[in-house]
Amino acid sequence: MKVLWVRYQLLNHLLLILGVAFLALPLWMVFASSTHDPATIIRDGMQLGLSDQFFETYLGVLTEKKGFTEQVTASMMMINSMILGVGFAVGKIIVSMTAAYAIVYFRFPLGTLLFWIIFTTLLLPLEVRIIPSYKVVADLGMLNSYSGLIIPLIASATGTFYFRQFFRSVPDELLEAAKLDGAGAWKFFIDILLPLSRTMMAALFIIMFVVGWNQYLWPLLMTTDESYSTIVLGIKSVMQTIDGNRLPEYNRGFALAILALIPPVLIVILFQRWFIKGLLESDK
Amino acid sequence: MTTLTLNSLQKTYANGTHAVRGIDLEIFDGELTVFVGPSGCGKSTLLRMIAGLEEITSGDLMLDGSRINDVEPAHRDVAMVFQNYALYPHMTVRRNMSYALQNRKVPKAEIDRRVVEAARILQLDELLERKPAQLSGGQRQRVAMGRAIVREPKLFLFDEPLSNLDAQLRAQMRVDIRKLQRQLRVTSIFVTHDQIEAMTVGDRLAVLNNGELEQIGTPMEVYSKPASEFVASFIGSPRINIVSGEVKAGTLHVDGFELPGFSQISDQPVKVGIRPEDFVLESTAKMSLQIDLVEELGSDELLYCVSPTGLDYRIRRPGGSGHKVGENITVSVISEKLHLFSSQSGKRLN
Repeated sequence: MKVLWVRYQLLNHLLLILGVAFLALPLWMVFASSTHDPATIIRDGMQLGLSDQFFETYLGVLTEKKGFTEQVTASMMMINSMILGVGFAVGKIIVSMTAAYAIVYFRFPLGTLLFWIIFTTLLLPLEVRIIPSYKVVADLGMLNSYSGLIIPLIASATGTFYFRQFFRSVPDELLEAAKLDGAGAWKFFIDILLPLSRTMMAALFIIMFVVGWNQYLWPLLMTTDESYSTIVLGIKSVMQTIDGNRLPEYNRGFALAILALIPPVLIVILFQRWFIKGLLESDK
Repeated sequence: MTTLTLNSLQKTYANGTHAVRGIDLEIFDGELTVFVGPSGCGKSTLLRMIAGLEEITSGDLMLDGSRINDVEPAHRDVAMVFQNYALYPHMTVRRNMSYALQNRKVPKAEIDRRVVEAARILQLDELLERKPAQLSGGQRQRVAMGRAIVREPKLFLFDEPLSNLDAQLRAQMRVDIRKLQRQLRVTSIFVTHDQIEAMTVGDRLAVLNNGELEQIGTPMEVYSKPASEFVASFIGSPRINIVSGEVKAGTLHVDGFELPGFSQISDQPVKVGIRPEDFVLESTAKMSLQIDLVEELGSDELLYCVSPTGLDYRIRRPGGSGHKVGENITVSVISEKLHLFSSQSGKRLN
């Protein structure tokens, strides 16, 4: 029996290790390759072992001005991405929460219809409406600005839908108790609904930050000034810089990819704890 | 001094449901009035109208002589205890209790004083820093009451506050609420569908049915002189026996037996109500019944009997009498203890 059990456990672990390797190996190869010089990568392909160029490559990427105009460093692009990611996530949470609050707690003409109109915008992804969106933002003079990068994206049908479902699950008695306790619409929102929504907000923040961070098409169109470019755009521009007598700097591209990964991973790890804690403690 | 007056209050919902059909009622200072009735009778709607959570379709709601129909709930000076307590889950007990006072801009020292005082009365002293999720059902119930007490309102409203508790705790809380209300002397309204709760808690009972007030009176008045067949059958456990009969020339004919002494009632078909404990067992009696089932309740026993004509009767006797199933007994009833109701309107005749 014991032997069987051990074998069974071994098999399980083997499967798990294979799964981890399958997911982690490409990442590891990108990281390992980023510590080699470009010539090695071009000659021998992706590398499995580490080399000695780690500090050189990463420090260079973070501090040297590169890109098409030779104006931006990776650290600037990281900051831009951070602004976009946080602004995108926070903006979406604020807009969708207030929209859902209006839809659930106030009776106004065509409220339900409006909700479904918001909901159907899910059928129109950014790519479909990219030209009119661009035109609107351009006419408002918001090209090459953080507000132009963020504001047009912060309306969220998904977020509104999630908050609507959540608010509807909050017992009516809570609203009535708050009414009797002298809390008006604003106080009820701030004092009761907001703290109860913490878990939802954390969950949405994780998702939306990652989505915002990974935005590619929109920043590409909105920003011609490279000082606004994000890290995701930066990876491409590094790879593109081929001027005859230089090899494409694959090591730097890989380094940028690794750097671009770190903040979303950190956000997920940090907020997931909070998110799970919220789930365990929550009871409405 | 607080008096609440309801003048032909009506509530019609947007979908046409006529939930409250004109209720006149006066609630006196320091009194605990119970609204009791089956589910859907409008008792909760009526309470919510008083709290300001439901709009009043027509009629006047007067608190201390001033009309409060259109006053915001927060400004009516009423506090409510909800069925599911409606505690704010993310706030500690202390904050739950002080929240209303903070919104009212009561000075901090005064808030602390009132919270500590309420916690002492309700024995919540040690729970003040806990969150509702860390409390038992009975404790949450007490916090909900504490939240009402600290407001020092003119009127307490209880909306089926005990229905989420187990039977033992419910009996305990019933007593506690009664004592507390006596101690604080705050005018209160208590809604319940449980007639035992209603009888034990209330100074007066308002029995509601179908959006109308059937009867208002002390528990004993309502029990011993029910104003209608509905009240008679709703109040009292085990249920009253109701059988069809007829009054002819001052004599009641019921289930093959005749009882004289009803000369004040004109000739008509009637419903006769007999409380299970109002049967007298005697050998020379008038009704002969066969025992169908015996329920031993310890101090009491309940005999389920069938008359020769096939009608069912419930009879309550002191426990341990040794009656057996299948045994024949003869019983009689005292005319004064009978409740006669009109067959048509269901209203009391005697």
